[in-house]
Amino acid sequence: MEGISISEFGSILMMQGFNGLSVFSVLLLMALGLAIIFGQMGVINMAHGEFLTIGAYTTFVFSYLTQTYFPSLMSTYFLFAIVGAFIFAGLVGLLVEWLLIRHLYKRPLDSLLATWGLSLIMQQIFRSTFGAKEVSATLPDWLMGSWQPTDTIDIPLNGLFVMGLTIVLTCLVGLFMYRSRLGLKMRATTQNRVMAGAVGINTAMVDRMTFVLGCGIAGVAGAAFTTIGSTGPTSGSLYIVDAFLTVVFGGAQSLLGTLASAFTIAQTNSTLEFFMTGSMAKVITLLSIIAILMMRPEGLFSIKVRK
Amino acid sequence: MIGEIQRFTRAKGKSLAVGALALLAAAQALASNPPTSQVNTTGLRVTDTEVYVGQLHSATGTMAISETGSIQAEQLAIEQINASGGVLGRQIKIIQEDGASDWPTFAEKAKKLLVNDRVAAVFGCWTSASRKAVLPIFEKENGLLYYPTFYEGLEQSKNVIYTGQEATQQIIAGLDWIAKEKGAKTFYLVGSDYIWPRTSNKIARKHIENVLKGTVVGEEYYPLGHTQFGSLINKIKLKKPDVIYSIVVGGSNVAWWKQLKAAGITADKQTILTISVTEDEVLGIGGENVEGFYSAMKYFQSLDNENNKKFVAAFKAKYGPNAVIGDVTQAAYLGPWLWKAAVEKAGSFDVDKVVAASPGIELTTAPEGYVKIHPNHHLWSKTRIGVWQRNGQAKVIFESDLIEPDPFPKGYQ
Repeated sequence: MEGISISEFGSILMMQGFNGLSVFSVLLLMALGLAIIFGQMGVINMAHGEFLTIGAYTTFVFSYLTQTYFPSLMSTYFLFAIVGAFIFAGLVGLLVEWLLIRHLYKRPLDSLLATWGLSLIMQQIFRSTFGAKEVSATLPDWLMGSWQPTDTIDIPLNGLFVMGLTIVLTCLVGLFMYRSRLGLKMRATTQNRVMAGAVGINTAMVDRMTFVLGCGIAGVAGAAFTTIGSTGPTSGSLYIVDAFLTVVFGGAQSLLGTLASAFTIAQTNSTLEFFMTGSMAKVITLLSIIAILMMRPEGLFSIKVRK
Repeated sequence: MIGEIQRFTRAKGKSLAVGALALLAAAQALASNPPTSQVNTTGLRVTDTEVYVGQLHSATGTMAISETGSIQAEQLAIEQINASGGVLGRQIKIIQEDGASDWPTFAEKAKKLLVNDRVAAVFGCWTSASRKAVLPIFEKENGLLYYPTFYEGLEQSKNVIYTGQEATQQIIAGLDWIAKEKGAKTFYLVGSDYIWPRTSNKIARKHIENVLKGTVVGEEYYPLGHTQFGSLINKIKLKKPDVIYSIVVGGSNVAWWKQLKAAGITADKQTILTISVTEDEVLGIGGENVEGFYSAMKYFQSLDNENNKKFVAAFKAKYGPNAVIGDVTQAAYLGPWLWKAAVEKAGSFDVDKVVAASPGIELTTAPEGYVKIHPNHHLWSKTRIGVWQRNGQAKVIFESDLIEPDPFPKGYQ
């Protein structure tokens, strides 16, 4: 480790700390939509990754259109793309719920297979529409490069952006679930579907809204991930394992659990990666999660649910 | 029943006319072409006017990203060969099969092409895994495969012609250049965790330590599909290597380059040499994220020679003005041409005779310049260093001499 001064070492430790937080935001963002759908409805949505991909392609299309027709708006188009991704992914979610998911609420294992098939179909649709090769949305300059508070510290701007977006989105979802009328209905339906129906809640409508919300959030995540990852027909599937891991480890029905689990996994993985090879770090992280899940099958946080 | 008979007669009448025409064409062809009984003694699917070949790539699934370019280039080459009179006077017909990014499917389709379709040659495969899956079938059924991808070497088969570079060709020339040009002494090796990057880095390490007398300060592998490289980037910053040597592939590739840029690692501060980025990958990564970094390849779309200008123009005319051509796409384009040259030299479609005629075959019309088949079934080729530009194209700044292929390099294993 020759040629490294104490202050440089300090900078690297700081950047490494930021990296942990950045991975945490990414994990939370990719898991949030899944947590809502899986946690609130019990539907295992294997096509979650493809809803991320919808968000990513929406960003690409926005970028392409802006560049072609309104080049002067290049610095701000990304914000519109995020909103567009939410709306578009949500609409596709609405269609999917109506055509497929609502027929499978009582058959969770079948929904697993059906959504997996759906993910394959969606991948091929992306491939036929946008071509098999990856595409790249042109990012505005303020999202590229790094912020340098000192000479030796580089804080990635895209990491900061994803972090900010995750905080805003998590707060919005939290407010929605615990402060709004529809959120109350969702939680009521999760806790006791029959009773919720009996007091006049339209549970079918609540299910639909929940699914749409989850898909919309996945779309936003996909849009944000264009800043750190690839946009291609199978890009979304890169995130699916980690997303499920985060949700299951956190305890499926708890938003707080998802938060805690994303934080734990991110910090563990990021720290281990610093001291050993990437593949080894992954192995140890996964083994620890399995061990903990064997002791606590319900995940880190679980709320009592009437079955 | 009567209707059917009428339909039958009418159809027969029509087919008679067609048949007569075909006979006429065949008679004309026969006048100049060697008879089928002479050029095909092993029961391949060859007629007096046609010869069937197979194409076996992934048109669907994760590998479609990479293999689409190869499919297009092979079809372009075959179209051009047909337009110029075909092979031994016979038009080439393609039977295309989809390996679907799944190795057992590759094996099954290879068997179908060789046993049921009796094709004279197959242009196909991309990953080493798919090639390994079909290899025993090609050897057992005595088929002939033209394989386009640059790969880790350590293989040589009578039934395969490797039109991409094996590892030492691509790696050693690149490392020599960067050591000389940049005075590089310390290297950090990074790769995706599977056979090609690991074997390639093994060769790179031996060369750096034994020949260049440099040091490898780190060697790291990340799972395929890994998307978070923050920790690795910090580790690299801690070691301050002269050169980062990168063999990250697939979905990880984009994340890796975007995150390097975001961590302030740009070309003015850090030298990076990669053997896993071609024009195809840059489409997904974005030129602004690899600007100023180096790739070692045998082919770049921007190569300035007459063959390549013609090839790029023909490719764009067929597949659209925005089509890009990477190293493997060009190597795939060579396959049908090399096969045609070998068949004509052998005067036969029989696999054994084509294989025997292959060593020494030269192609002076190759977009990459000049190639020649070595007795070990790989190609003599040059290695180039390209520096990436914002528009997604590379500027070629170095060109090696013709390098002999050496799939089993002594001292590198």
